[in-house]
Amino acid sequence: MNDTRPEPQSVDDVAAGLRGVGYLPGSSTALVSYLAAKLGKPVLVEGPAGVGKTELAKALAAYLDRDLVRLQCYEGLDEAKALYEWNYRKQLLRIQAGTSSGGEADWGEVQDDIFGEEFLLARPLMTAIASERPVVLLIDEIDKTDQEFEAMLLELLSDFQISIPELGRIEARSRPVVLLTSNNTRELTEALKRRCLYLWLDYPEHDQELEIVRLHTPELDERIAHRLVEIIEQVRELDLKKPPSIAESIDWARALLLLGAREIDAEVFRETMSVIVKHRSDLDTVAARVGAKLAEPAADAA
Amino acid sequence: MAAEPTPTPRSYASIPAEDPGGFAGQLLAFGEELREEGMALGTSELLDAFAALEHVAWNEQPQFREAMAATLAKSPEDRRVFELVFERFFFRAAEAQAARHEISEAPGGTAGASDEMALDLEALRRQIAQALKDGDEATLRDLARLAIAAFGRGEGSGVLGVDVQRIRRALGLRTEPQPDLPPDDPRREGVPREQLRRFEQQLRRELERGVIQRTRSLPPKRPLSELDRALPTGPAQDLAQVHRVVAQLKRRLASQGHEQRGRKRHAHVDVRRTMRASLQSGGVPIELRFRPQRPRRPEIFVLCDVSTSVTSASTFFLSVLHALHDSFRKLRSFVFIERISEVTEVFEKERDFRTASEKISQDAGVADISGYTDYGRVWTEFLTEIEDELHPRATVIVLGDARTNGRPPREEVFAAICQKAGRTFWLNPEPRLYWNYGDSVISAYAQYCTAFECWRTDQLEDFVKALTQPTVT
Repeated sequence: MNDTRPEPQSVDDVAAGLRGVGYLPGSSTALVSYLAAKLGKPVLVEGPAGVGKTELAKALAAYLDRDLVRLQCYEGLDEAKALYEWNYRKQLLRIQAGTSSGGEADWGEVQDDIFGEEFLLARPLMTAIASERPVVLLIDEIDKTDQEFEAMLLELLSDFQISIPELGRIEARSRPVVLLTSNNTRELTEALKRRCLYLWLDYPEHDQELEIVRLHTPELDERIAHRLVEIIEQVRELDLKKPPSIAESIDWARALLLLGAREIDAEVFRETMSVIVKHRSDLDTVAARVGAKLAEPAADAA
Repeated sequence: MAAEPTPTPRSYASIPAEDPGGFAGQLLAFGEELREEGMALGTSELLDAFAALEHVAWNEQPQFREAMAATLAKSPEDRRVFELVFERFFFRAAEAQAARHEISEAPGGTAGASDEMALDLEALRRQIAQALKDGDEATLRDLARLAIAAFGRGEGSGVLGVDVQRIRRALGLRTEPQPDLPPDDPRREGVPREQLRRFEQQLRRELERGVIQRTRSLPPKRPLSELDRALPTGPAQDLAQVHRVVAQLKRRLASQGHEQRGRKRHAHVDVRRTMRASLQSGGVPIELRFRPQRPRRPEIFVLCDVSTSVTSASTFFLSVLHALHDSFRKLRSFVFIERISEVTEVFEKERDFRTASEKISQDAGVADISGYTDYGRVWTEFLTEIEDELHPRATVIVLGDARTNGRPPREEVFAAICQKAGRTFWLNPEPRLYWNYGDSVISAYAQYCTAFECWRTDQLEDFVKALTQPTVT
């Protein structure tokens, strides 16, 4: 805990800091991040795909000047891949080296030896709490794992410690800022939620999204950016398999910039629609409901 | 979540003499109220809330609210309940405090302003419309007061909702464009719906405040109506919302199987995978690998009522059907009113929900003349058509309100169906309170099957969980 970097002093500090590293937080985002740093509680971030949940962790790491340790969850993820694992091969080598290098090595000695930290492979969660410098730990898409895994996380999240039967308890050398993200595909257990602060990230308001687009593509004409955000909002209103996320708005803005479009008319929209809509049936819906409303290019009319 | 809010008498309560326990007491009372509305709130959450308040400027409402929400409300649904209760609780608390200390909004000030404003009501109208467009919360509040002073006229009708609408009409605020207004009028393009709703809320609060001051008593605490949390079945609500719910359900269904496929201790050892894993430890099988448990993949027959008494719910039902079609391999669906008609093919061919429901209403031909549900006839038809295909591993799901319109329920035929099928579920879109009232004969059927009330998303999810429970063998 011998960390000398300045701690954020207020919510506005955090908001400004996140802005400084290119992430535009909503008011609740900044507040919850601040609370997370102050209270040392993990944050559970939920929301639709592509609203910047993972980005938030990256931005926090950059702002707090900490390393980001990321654990990507998937179905079947177990302790061996998330916490720690004994390095079997190295242990075998050690035993063989002991027996071959003359005489009978003391079994007790070998046994103590091969269950030492040297033979421990630290996985992300272990790395995060064993690190000397505090880190930002991102546990991404926690809803993809099974409930057993969640239960295993509880010890780590509430006490920041890990129990290893052979070694005993390993306590955190530093307090990481922990973010868990979830797409809400299944209900997380009450026990897990209880230990976390909760942040719901939704699609941003018009102005905020405009700002985000402008931040990432400053060269894009402001009028077009404005129009782009309006259209994205219309598209999100529709009943789509996969509504466009912020990442897709930015991609679209970049595409328009590359094409040198000066207006989003029906033709440009038809050509670039596939950047924001990624399903066959969605494409038809969007073309019929949004594309048809746009003005035809001036050249056609003339 | 099951706790029903206790009904409060609809009379005005006098103001309690003292506030309980100061700031901390108020917060605990707030927590208590959240619990009453069905949020699972532990002591640890309340402790967190207190801890969080040490770090934020809690004299600023947005920060206070967000800090409380982050520590107390842990799902989007909870957040919605939180918002509603927050509004209700702190408004009442503040008003009670004000009344106790005999603080009132100096009536002279507003009255004086209204005299001036009375001269130029048209200007006020425009000002309000402009503020609505700009969306400035504080200005809105001030203007709401002016509007009440200018258009509220005295005691009002006594029903807040009526007064609010009267004032809104007097202000000429509408969501649709009004092209006959001059071009510089901010109302010409129509007022954003969301803004208008917020303004109406402000009006309501200001009116309520007035009532509290005049009568020196608190209005009744309105429990959140169950509708606030109900499934979006109302015909007024748009289809897109239904879809969001179903899309969510679909995703959960997709992950459901995986979640329950966890390795159980009693599972069979998977020799091949164990051998493979043993290579890591030099051929010694240290780690046993087990065969994954397969989720139950039932063969399903769905019967869906599409008659007028459940019109609003049937849209929802049909989309649930649609969602189910993607999640189970063997599924046959039927719709019925007076007769029964199989629609499995429609759903198999049509991936788009909208088209599918149109096709069903066009081609199914389930209504005869009256258009009233005839359960007895439906059972008979179903049984003759499907009898040979029902077997103990089949699951029958009925979606309907069990309102027979006075026709014979023929529960003995239904019993025969239940007997042939392994499991039978009934999903009723009506709250349990209305069951068996009027022509509802759900109890006659419920003795043969498992009946679920199903008008909220969490109830639907419970049902789906029951449906996909792994086989116990």
